Amino acid sequence: MGWNLIRLYAVLVYLFMFLPVAVVVLLSFNASQFGAFPMTGFSMRWFVALWENDAVMRAFRTSLLLGLLCALISTTLGILASLALVRYRIPGRNLITTVLIAPILVPEVVLAVSLLLFLNFIGIGKSFLMLLAGHVIFTLPFVILVVQARLVGIRRDVEEAALSLGASPRQTFFSVTLPLLMPAVAAGALFAFTISFDNITGTLFWKPGGVETVPTQIFAMLRHSISPEINALGTVMIVLTVGLPLLGASLARWLSMKRGV
Amino acid sequence: MSIEAREARQPWILLSPAIGAVTLLLLLPLVFIVVYSFWLRSAVGPDIVGFHFDNWQRALSDPFYRYILLNTLKIAAITTVLCAVLGYPAAYFVARSKGNKMLLLLMLMLPFWISYIIRTMSWINILGSSGALNTLLMTLGLTSEPLRMLYNEGAVILGLVHFLLPFMILNVFVSLDGIDTSLEDAANSLGATRWQAFLQVTLPLSLPGLAAGGLLCFVLAAGSYVTPLVLGGPRDAMFANLVYEAIITQLNWPLGSALSLLLLFVLGALVALYNRFLGMSQLTRGLG
Repeated sequence: MGWNLIRLYAVLVYLFMFLPVAVVVLLSFNASQFGAFPMTGFSMRWFVALWENDAVMRAFRTSLLLGLLCALISTTLGILASLALVRYRIPGRNLITTVLIAPILVPEVVLAVSLLLFLNFIGIGKSFLMLLAGHVIFTLPFVILVVQARLVGIRRDVEEAALSLGASPRQTFFSVTLPLLMPAVAAGALFAFTISFDNITGTLFWKPGGVETVPTQIFAMLRHSISPEINALGTVMIVLTVGLPLLGASLARWLSMKRGV
Repeated sequence: MSIEAREARQPWILLSPAIGAVTLLLLLPLVFIVVYSFWLRSAVGPDIVGFHFDNWQRALSDPFYRYILLNTLKIAAITTVLCAVLGYPAAYFVARSKGNKMLLLLMLMLPFWISYIIRTMSWINILGSSGALNTLLMTLGLTSEPLRMLYNEGAVILGLVHFLLPFMILNVFVSLDGIDTSLEDAANSLGATRWQAFLQVTLPLSLPGLAAGGLLCFVLAAGSYVTPLVLGGPRDAMFANLVYEAIITQLNWPLGSALSLLLLFVLGALVALYNRFLGMSQLTRGLG
């Protein structure tokens, strides 16, 4: 009896988490003029409207570029730092880890304010550069946590075997370590991209006037009223941010199966 | 240079870009806003450099600010408790389920990937005057006109719970999953009922996960300002909204610095307490 009750409870909690999101997807196909019930028919018109909405498309390009650059920089920094943390005995390891994780220990508003004021003081005003700096520092801890977890699983003796068989350290890195690292690199990059693509709390502080990312664009559109177009944009975001990681995960699984590891 | 010396330097070379970034983009800026909070805003021209306590005096003594701060802590506390109440049984179900655990776990992770702003605004579709709930109530004839469920404190709390619940579930799951189930069996065989075994064995062992999840929920809830902007009314501002107002709307950066530092200290004190008693490792385990 008890277990069935828990199961029912868990189902309700899952419903609570997913139902509102499902309603967004449902309403984005609503033919009605208004972004609300009742559903008057099935239509793709709001997706077409999105495609033709210049502001939305601009926001999309900004978010995409920002996310890609952020993923590139954050993953590079994160992989290097994780290698040092996992592979070497270094004094003050705990302190260093705490410092590297600090950007997510500080409330995001505080991070946003301090970065805005400081960069402004040294001559970098609100700009794409500030957005990028902010997104990099905010995603870096997540990348480091994810990558470190994966790195621990890579066995060191494979590299030692390569070295003892006469490969140079450089050759060893590029032909042994890096291929083994690839899943960690991909996971880190995907994580950084999604978090950057999704960020709004810091972005609202750092973005220059006139520049919008997809979340801030949605936020601005919400100021008027909820329209079917917002729901459609939400659906696109869901497909992108949920679909991409799922695709990435299955790709990684397929790759590792092909390699027979 | 000897090989040993090169070997010893290597980790620092690898670490320096990341540490450099955190120093330049977080640590120095934090020190800078401490300094900035003692400057003064002037009506015209640049802020006045100096050592004035005006901003701090205002941040600490203004009754409105104090009210909002206390209200923010109250909202965060309610949110955390609701997350625990909703999340613990769900996490227990996933951890002890004999079915497809991977799928259940994946579904737990999914909300992390769905955009925060989308999940927040999705409640407008549910609670709005022509939203799902009102449409349902009116179709059933339970109410003749739409109920006002949006743009109040309840909606803000609901939005926060919806946003933070996965953090709680994941943390509790991690600690429950690490508990050897034979401990419960042992308690059962020694005569404890399942409920007693849970209360005296499983629950105490999972408290670190519950605490970590609770801390995350509390800190993230207390620092949010977008949820109140989207789901709250004009009177439902939280403390981070004051910071946003000061910095973005009023352009009063010295006051904004003092207010953000106040928020940092309050939440930092909480994290420090947590760290003192439970340690940081539980937290990073849940995040990784």
